Amino acid sequence: MSHHLPASFQEVLEAAPPWPETESPSRSRLERILGQDRLSTEDFRLLLSPAAEALLEPLARRARELTVRHFGRTMQLFTPLYLANHCINGCRYCGYHAGGTVERHQLSHDELRREAAAIAATGLRHILVLTGEAPKQTPLEYIGGCVAALREWFSSIAVEIYPLTTDGYRYLAGQGADSLTLYQEAYDRDCYARMHPFGPKRDFDFRLEAPERGCQAGLRAVNIGALLGLHDARREFFLTGLHAQYLQEKYPGVEIAISPPRIRPVPGGFQPPVEVTDRMLVQFVTAFRLFMPRAGITLSSRERAEIRDGLAPLCVTRMSAGSNTAVGGRTRPGQTGQFEIDDARSVPEMCESLCRAGRQPVFKDWQRS
Amino acid sequence: MEDSLTIGGTRLASRLFVGTGKYSGNDLIPKVVAAAGASVITVAVRRIDPEAREENILNHVPPGVVLMPNTSGARNAQEAVRIARLARAAGCGNWIKIEVIDDNRYLMPDNLETLKATEILAAEGFVVLPYMCPDLYAARRLKAAGAAALMPLGAPIGTNRGLKTKELVRVMLEETDLPVVVDAGLGRPSQAAEAMELGAAAVLVNTAIASAEEPVAMATAFGLAVRAGRLAWLAGPGRRRETADASSPLTGFLR
Repeated sequence: MSHHLPASFQEVLEAAPPWPETESPSRSRLERILGQDRLSTEDFRLLLSPAAEALLEPLARRARELTVRHFGRTMQLFTPLYLANHCINGCRYCGYHAGGTVERHQLSHDELRREAAAIAATGLRHILVLTGEAPKQTPLEYIGGCVAALREWFSSIAVEIYPLTTDGYRYLAGQGADSLTLYQEAYDRDCYARMHPFGPKRDFDFRLEAPERGCQAGLRAVNIGALLGLHDARREFFLTGLHAQYLQEKYPGVEIAISPPRIRPVPGGFQPPVEVTDRMLVQFVTAFRLFMPRAGITLSSRERAEIRDGLAPLCVTRMSAGSNTAVGGRTRPGQTGQFEIDDARSVPEMCESLCRAGRQPVFKDWQRS
Repeated sequence: MEDSLTIGGTRLASRLFVGTGKYSGNDLIPKVVAAAGASVITVAVRRIDPEAREENILNHVPPGVVLMPNTSGARNAQEAVRIARLARAAGCGNWIKIEVIDDNRYLMPDNLETLKATEILAAEGFVVLPYMCPDLYAARRLKAAGAAALMPLGAPIGTNRGLKTKELVRVMLEETDLPVVVDAGLGRPSQAAEAMELGAAAVLVNTAIASAEEPVAMATAFGLAVRAGRLAWLAGPGRRRETADASSPLTGFLR
């Protein structure tokens, strides 16, 4: 597509067009885009406009067709495993932020093994390992040790932790991690600064470049995203798409995927400043499917069962199942999670729903070689 | 008419190979194999879980069909070799389809890395079927490296575009005596028939069957098309003419 590769994603971000709120592409222009084999970044931007919501049905049809062609009628399943909830960052939207009153815990070796065994008993072979940023309690060596231990049960291990250096990612790859999930949270610098009042996470650029360092370290899959609801969601999702495209062009051997994590208002808790409707969510991810037909789309259990069931056959390639966002949540009942899960279905229940929708749940789709 | 295909010492009853990775349920696999009359089935090693209690994909491969594990996910020769060895150790037999892809945008196979993996695995006694971009020199080198057959793509994988590489595949067919199995890109039964009419030994069809509204019916259609195309090849089609015969022969003056 582009033959001049930008030197960094910062360059792309600085050059990104402003978001004209008043612009409204014509219906015929949007219909033309739906019929194209390849979309420019401008086409993608127009598909994310409020005007394109009127074409949601044909957009969904096209997205489903492309997804079935490239990924078949399958759905890869994984589940999150929280190692610890210690954190020195002050992210305003997170239940585990420093200074919060939640009980802190860190899995011991035995607790980790029990949790892993409980998950593996459900048949899942892909795991996503999470923890907060706490160099004293959970240094990188602790996380690496946990990853190495999990190899006994899982064929694919992804990490969703604070950003690392390239050497840090290389170390985790050596321990057995093959995938990285890292959300920028906000691509808007001002919003990012407001949401992260203190802690090392304040460093916007170090985080922004981390997915690229993961690619350079030889990880096979990298999943990015923006927390939708913190800032202008159309623009934030557009920038997520640009980031994914930048990474995929520069690192063609890495499987690039995106997530559309949507913050939901919590009674008495964090109130997201921006509303992201269900229709917008569907518009975003189906538009992304047209923009990057072969990229992965991950949908977590933050979303309601009804939304997940509806989106699954349209464009999603990977879903969490049997999720629990508490530390050791499967073997230490009664713990508070990082955020509320809206789809608490067990692995068998998820499988049943997927089969009803004509999608085969896939537990193992990676071979450590 | 006696017309059989032998690859790696195994006589194959049909010239249609099918896949396993994209169905809405594994229970479709034996139905598709039966409807297509397929002789070979490919399974990604990354999808095989020998410890799975319920959903081991291998349990759905019907008896009598040759299992051809593939190295999907391998980004270089080393990874392909390791995956192939794992497959054999897991009891998947000694056939291996080498798939080395290091570009997630086009999913084109890397012929150079594929050649390296073929050399190593053929020497270890595998029946090696390399998935490749059609290319005469690569074909010759893969043969010298010990490949049992060659699997050139008809079009980029998953595109259902048909035999877009026809002229390159034709050269391979003319210049190599290894069986040529056209793999990837065949979207319709007529395109599979076209490959067979051209002289391909067999075709591999996955996406076109799996993404059909009725996969089993589509498998039947592909089975018939492959047989029709093969019969046409054996029958020797008449030479295609671009112009009508001149009513007054140009060489009439010779009489």
